[in-house]
Amino acid sequence: MRETSAVAEASTSLVIVILVGALATYMWRALGVALSGRIDPDGPVVRWVACVAYAVLAALIARMILLPVGSLADVPVTSRLLAAGIALGAFYLTRRHLPLGVAAGGGALTLLSYWT
Amino acid sequence: MTAEAGSPPDYARACASRRAAFVAGMRDSIGSPALVLGASFVGFGSLLYELDIGLWLGYLSIVTTWALPAQVATVEMFARGAPLVAVFVAVALINFRFLPMTVAMLPLLRQPGQRARRLYLLAHFIAVTTWVLVMLRGPEMPPEQRRPYFWGGVAMVIPAALAGTTIGYVAAGAVPPQVTHGLIFLNPVFFMLVLLVDLRQRARAYSLLLGAALGPLLHDLTPTWGLLMAGLIGGTAAFLADRVLSARDVRRG
Repeated sequence: MRETSAVAEASTSLVIVILVGALATYMWRALGVALSGRIDPDGPVVRWVACVAYAVLAALIARMILLPVGSLADVPVTSRLLAAGIALGAFYLTRRHLPLGVAAGGGALTLLSYWT
Repeated sequence: MTAEAGSPPDYARACASRRAAFVAGMRDSIGSPALVLGASFVGFGSLLYELDIGLWLGYLSIVTTWALPAQVATVEMFARGAPLVAVFVAVALINFRFLPMTVAMLPLLRQPGQRARRLYLLAHFIAVTTWVLVMLRGPEMPPEQRRPYFWGGVAMVIPAALAGTTIGYVAAGAVPPQVTHGLIFLNPVFFMLVLLVDLRQRARAYSLLLGAALGPLLHDLTPTWGLLMAGLIGGTAAFLADRVLSARDVRRG
């Protein structure tokens, strides 16, 4: 159990972190309004940064599966990888049905978590 | 992510007024777009509970950021104690897509006689769901009705996100820990499958592969900067590889 003041402190610092993330998001939206009609949304710089964005997201996903924070780390890594594989299999077998694929992944991890 | 809106209404008639356009926006979003979006926030709510973060902070994140992958990244990096500058750069990279998305959508909404400044407010609420709807249906309706149509969609998907987050938060505390594991696991699985929906572009496919491979490796090297290094190195390598291969394709005719 954490002290109340420690929880309040963590909340304050998380508010700051959230607002920093919000700023990092809104700046692109505002810049998009300002630059609309003046830049090519398919130009090489845009395509390069889009590639970097995809790679950051892929790195985040891989990290959340292989090296998770919180209690997910108590589930063996083989179970997490297997559940991700089951999600992929369900997704492609249902002709890329997103909700079914996601549900299969969460369900598989729950079952594997009971089993191990 | 899908934009199925049931039977296609006749937009020239259905949106006879700005109010009708607002209602049409609500109607087109209330089905599968709002459901899928709300469901995608369930994992976010469960992650908040798991990390002992108050639900109100999740609501704050939704209304100030309004971009789920970045919201999950922010919370995840906070839990790992990442410095503010690392959070800023990571979120800026993940959300860069809003620049080209906004640039592409705004010509539909910029009309003489409608205040341009309000577009800076509107842009804050752009998400893939509403963006797809406006890009799809906007051209069919009179220009002055496109903004109310957009706001009608927003009025549906924001409550869906808040509800999904609440459900995930409450459920995570009420079910056995094994089910909570499954709920938290929805986040990476959802993003993984969303990114795989659209893999036809070679540069994107390479970026995903390289980012996924480099992410955990560089995280072991430097937990603070590994994510960003994986993105910059993997994304740049993928971009360059695609350019080289495209040039070769062109030469071969």
